[in-house]
Amino acid sequence: MKRLLLVAVAAAALTLPLWAGGAYYVNLASQVMIAALFAMSLNLLVGYAGLTSLGHAGYLGLSAYISGWLMLRLGWGHGASALAALAGTTATAALFGLVALRASGISFLMITLALGQILWGVAYRWADMTGGDNGLSGLTRPNPFGIDLAAPGHFYFFTLVVLTVVAGAIAMWVRSPFGASIRATRDQPRRASALGFNVSLIRWITFVVSGFLGGVAGLMYVYYHQFISPHSISLANSAEMLLMVIAGGPGTLVGPMLGATLVVLLKNLASAYVDRWVMLLGIVYVLIVLFLPGGIVAGLDRLGARLGRVPAAPRRTSEATPPPGATEASR
Amino acid sequence: MSAGLRVEGLCRSFGGLQVTRSVDLDVAPGERHLLIGPNGAGKTTLFNLIAGDLRPDSGRITLGSVDVTRESTAHRAQRGVARTYQIVTLFGRDPLLHNVKLALLGRSPMRWRQWGDFSTDARLRERALAVLDSVGLAAKADLPLEQTSYGEKRRLEIAMALAQSPSLLLLDEPLAGLSSSERTTITELLSGISGEITIVMIEHDMQAALAFADRITVLHNGQVVLAGTRQDVVDDPRTREIYLGH
Repeated sequence: MKRLLLVAVAAAALTLPLWAGGAYYVNLASQVMIAALFAMSLNLLVGYAGLTSLGHAGYLGLSAYISGWLMLRLGWGHGASALAALAGTTATAALFGLVALRASGISFLMITLALGQILWGVAYRWADMTGGDNGLSGLTRPNPFGIDLAAPGHFYFFTLVVLTVVAGAIAMWVRSPFGASIRATRDQPRRASALGFNVSLIRWITFVVSGFLGGVAGLMYVYYHQFISPHSISLANSAEMLLMVIAGGPGTLVGPMLGATLVVLLKNLASAYVDRWVMLLGIVYVLIVLFLPGGIVAGLDRLGARLGRVPAAPRRTSEATPPPGATEASR
Repeated sequence: MSAGLRVEGLCRSFGGLQVTRSVDLDVAPGERHLLIGPNGAGKTTLFNLIAGDLRPDSGRITLGSVDVTRESTAHRAQRGVARTYQIVTLFGRDPLLHNVKLALLGRSPMRWRQWGDFSTDARLRERALAVLDSVGLAAKADLPLEQTSYGEKRRLEIAMALAQSPSLLLLDEPLAGLSSSERTTITELLSGISGEITIVMIEHDMQAALAFADRITVLHNGQVVLAGTRQDVVDDPRTREIYLGH
């Protein structure tokens, strides 16, 4: 069933430019995937490590600014500036992680918010370097292997490849023993350290990887828009990303993708019909919190379980029926 | 591998409240040491200091021949300090087996490995099943934690500590809140633990605890009032005074 769904999604994604009905929709799909990349990077922190960050847009912006600046001002090529952008973003995440991870919970959230605002402030005020409010414009898309990414279809497939690679890497990472360690520090940090897990180092590594992937998303973002301004680093943007993760399902692989799809589509499609689309987003969010706690993925899981068992089976807390997780060994 | 524990002049306060006052504790390798005292005597705080969750204001903690006073909890765990908690502290979202696998992973260099599938690792699963079997929980290995009884959770706590092949085991009220038959199960389980492992136990159930202990330390208001062999402490009038208040 799951495999079938995966094949269907893959087939739809691979043929999307054929049936989407125009460049606008192909571009919209690219935007969804870029947002998904970003939400997935944030999800490593929020969902798997249990550390809610409100400054994650900073990494997107930093990477976008570094690559844009190097190309515009120093005339660097795409490859070199992309590498430098990722290195710079990762190094910043490494530094910020040292500061932010002195705390957890709300204090962690406030520190990440403050650090994100510092990056925003730099982008906004240091006009000589960043172009201030005007941002950096006149950027170009790369030409990997001579493929011109200026065409919406080409860029779409490029983004699809990046998304697939990143999603695959994250899937492998969170399944690994280290991924189990990350979740252990989320669920019982005290017990985890008593078991020998170096909680702060594990969290820091997750923080840095999350920042690095945020940088990857930032590169895709700046390639897509060919423009970067302080708005992209803003708190509103960080909050929107967090909303994608929470709405979709934190700590799941698919959740951030669904959340990103929801938010980007609402933003682009609903805003054509209603001025107050942000309010609509707020309503949708409240509905998700009320009716799908745990996000869309958890809701779909429950729906699937309900449809799968035809006569409504008793809840899994009941002692009488074996739980879905029980195997032969447990009986 | 067995290691003795030596605590010297350990002090810790929370604000103006001195919870641990110059505590000395000497536990020989392989010894079963019982820590008793009324509520608020500072027993669990002493455990937290020994395990590394709290830093002492002054004093020294030596494990074997190593001074671990400044080491982190995780570092001490790697040296062989394992513990159970007074309040059950488990990974509630996961099945029993996963809990034990995490305990095994904690002391394995494998915990840093960024590839491979943790949930299907056959070697780890086999070892974890063996540990669960040793506490009589093998049949429930794949059950989610929420479907186990309180007594089984207590046993899982002990299983996880044992999975770490500790040299020093800290048991914080392992019998608390259990029915008498569950108490018997756990008491038998505890007496079956290898003599190689040094054990310090906090316990209020005197009948079970006394049978278990080689030596006893009585803690009151953060201070060691009395320390000695089982008989010494039981016979001492101060023990009665502290426990019964007259």
